[in-house]
Amino acid sequence: MFDLDGWREIFQSIGKNKLRTVLSGLTITFAILLFTILLGMGNGLKNTFKSFFSRDAENAMFIMPNRTTKAYRGYQSGRRIEFENEDIDFIQKNYGDKIEHIIRRNQRQVDISYNNKKSNYPLIAVDPEIQFLEMAVPFEGRFINQLDLNKKSKVIVIGRMTKEDLFPKGISAVGKYVNVGGLAYKVVGTFTDPGGDNEERLNYIPITTAQSIYGNNDKVDQINILYKSDLSTEQAIAFGNGLVKDLKDRYDVAPRDQRGIRITNRAEVVQGTKQTSGALDMIVIIISIGTLIAGIVGISNIMIYIVKERTKELGIRKALGATPKSIIKMIMFEALFITSIAGYLGLVIGTGVLRIIAPGLEEYFIKDPQVDSGIVIFATILLIISGIIAGYLPARRAAKIKPIVALNDE
Amino acid sequence: MIKLENLHKSYPIGKDSLHVLKGINLHIKEGEFVSIMGSSGSGKSTLLNIVGLLDGHDKGEYYLNGKLIENLDEKKAAILRNKFLGFVFQSFNLISYKTALENIALPLYYKGIHRKERQKIAMEYLEKVDLKDWANHLPSELSGGQKQRIAIARALVTQPKVVLADEPTGALDSTTSQSVMELLKEINNEGMTVFVITHEEDIAAQTDRIVRLRDGIITSDKKTKQREKV
Repeated sequence: MFDLDGWREIFQSIGKNKLRTVLSGLTITFAILLFTILLGMGNGLKNTFKSFFSRDAENAMFIMPNRTTKAYRGYQSGRRIEFENEDIDFIQKNYGDKIEHIIRRNQRQVDISYNNKKSNYPLIAVDPEIQFLEMAVPFEGRFINQLDLNKKSKVIVIGRMTKEDLFPKGISAVGKYVNVGGLAYKVVGTFTDPGGDNEERLNYIPITTAQSIYGNNDKVDQINILYKSDLSTEQAIAFGNGLVKDLKDRYDVAPRDQRGIRITNRAEVVQGTKQTSGALDMIVIIISIGTLIAGIVGISNIMIYIVKERTKELGIRKALGATPKSIIKMIMFEALFITSIAGYLGLVIGTGVLRIIAPGLEEYFIKDPQVDSGIVIFATILLIISGIIAGYLPARRAAKIKPIVALNDE
Repeated sequence: MIKLENLHKSYPIGKDSLHVLKGINLHIKEGEFVSIMGSSGSGKSTLLNIVGLLDGHDKGEYYLNGKLIENLDEKKAAILRNKFLGFVFQSFNLISYKTALENIALPLYYKGIHRKERQKIAMEYLEKVDLKDWANHLPSELSGGQKQRIAIARALVTQPKVVLADEPTGALDSTTSQSVMELLKEINNEGMTVFVITHEEDIAAQTDRIVRLRDGIITSDKKTKQREKV
C-alpha cells in the first residue's frame, strides 16, 4: 500500500512539525476523552437511578382502605372501610389468573422485649408469601409458614436489627421467647432485607394469630398483591385500576373517591422509571453527539488549516516531481496515523479517568460509570473518517492546482 | 531542446483577462546558456513557468526535448518535470524541516530511487557544490548563498535536460551572486542547458545568449561574445 520510504516521509513530517501534530492530535484525544467521560457519567447516573427502584419486588401493588370522602348510594361520607378475609376470596375468584401471590397484612406498633431490653417496633401480621414481596431473606431459622397460620401459633420472625437491639452478641435468637405487647412469642427465625436498617426492624407474625388475638375478627388492614411477572406494565396498571374499581363497587365507595380505597401500584412507578430513564438516555445521547460534532468540526478545521499551511511545501514537492496522488496519499496517511494514535490515547485516558474518579462520584449519584468500548471505538473511527474527509478535499485541491499557484502561496 | 512557437498566455482578472505572452517564438538548443531579461511585468516569469510545466499555456506550441506538450494533466507534468527539468528559485524553496542532504535527495524519492542510493547520489552533488560539511544542517542554519547552492544541487540531482533558474541571484549580495553564477557556468560547461531569468544586466552578460522581453513580446535575441566555450 505504502512503502517504507513513504512512511519515513510521513514520520519525518509528523516529527518535525510538532505543533501541527500536537494540535490535531489533541483535538481528537480531547474529543474522545470528553465523549468517554460524559458517556460514562451518564451511564453512572442511569445506574444509580435504576438501583433506587430495585429494593423490593417490582411487580407489587398495595391496596389500602380508608375513610370515604364522598357520599354514595345512600351512605354518608366519612364512613370507614375495612377489608375482610372474604375480600381475598373475591379477588382470587375474579383475578386469580393475574395473581402470583396475595397477602393480607395488618400492622401495628408494639413493644417487644427480651430479658431486660425493650423497644418499640412495627409488628406485621401477614401471610407467609410476604417474603417474596419484601425480599426478606431468612438469616437464621425459618420464615413463618402455612402451618403457623393454620395453628394460629404465637411465633415471630424478627429482623436482624431487632435481634441486634434486644439480644446480646453471639447468642442465637431462634428458639427464645420474646415478650410482644404482654404475650410470649417464640422466635422461629431472623431475616435480612436488602432494603436496609428500617426494613430489618420489622417483625412478622402469622396473620391468623393476629386476627384471633387482637380483636378476634377477620379484618385486614391492607391487601398486597404480587401480580404475575409476565404481565406488561400497561396490563399491570389496568389490572390494578380494574381491581380497585371492583372493590369500590363492592364497598359502595364512589368511583371518584380518591381516599375510600387507595392503590399503590409499583407498575406505575416502573413506568415512570422507564420514562425518566428514557429521558436520561436522550440527554446522554444528545451530549455525546454534541461532543462528537464538536470533535468533527475541530478536526476538520485543523485539517483544512494544515493543508493550507503546507500549500507551499506541496508546491515545492510538485515542482520536484510529486504526482497529485502521492501528495494526497501523504496527507491522508499522516492524518490517519495521527488521529488513530490520538483517538486511542483519548480512549485509554478517558476510561482510566473514569476508573479513578468513579469511587468519588457515588455521592453525586453516579454509580459505576462505565462505557461500552465498542461505542468509543466507533466514535474514534467516526472522528478519523471525518478528519480524513476534511483533509481529503483541501488535499485534493492542493494536489490539483498548478504548482506555480502553490509555490506563490505565502 | 526547447522550442516555442507563437506561444500565448492570458490570466483572467475578474471579467477581463490580462494578456501576458503575446506570441513567443524561441528555440533553445541543447547545451545553451540563455538568459531572459525584462522589467517586471514583461512576462519573463510566466515564460519560465510555462517552460517549466509549472503553468499551462493557452495558444501556440511547446516542444520539450522534441515532444509536443499538450493535454498535460498534473500527473504527466509531474513526471516530465522530474525527468527533464531542474528548478532554481529566487526564494530557494527548500523544505524547512529537511536537512540539506534530504532536500537534495527529495527529487530522487519521487523518481523512485531507493533510500541508500538516494543518499549516496545526493552526497555526490553536495560535494559538487562544496557543502559536504553542511549535509545535516537545516536551511535555517545556512546563508543565502549556501541555500541557493543546495537548491542548485537539488535541481541537478536527477540529471535533468534543462535547469530553469528564476532570478537565482535576486536574493543574494553581489559576491555570493557571482559564486552562484560561477556554479551555473560550470554546469553549463559540463553540457547542461541552463535557462536563467534575471533583470540584472551583469548577470545576463555572463550567459551565452540574451533574450529581451517587453510586454509579452521578444524585442531582441542576441548572442554574447565575451565567453568562449571550453
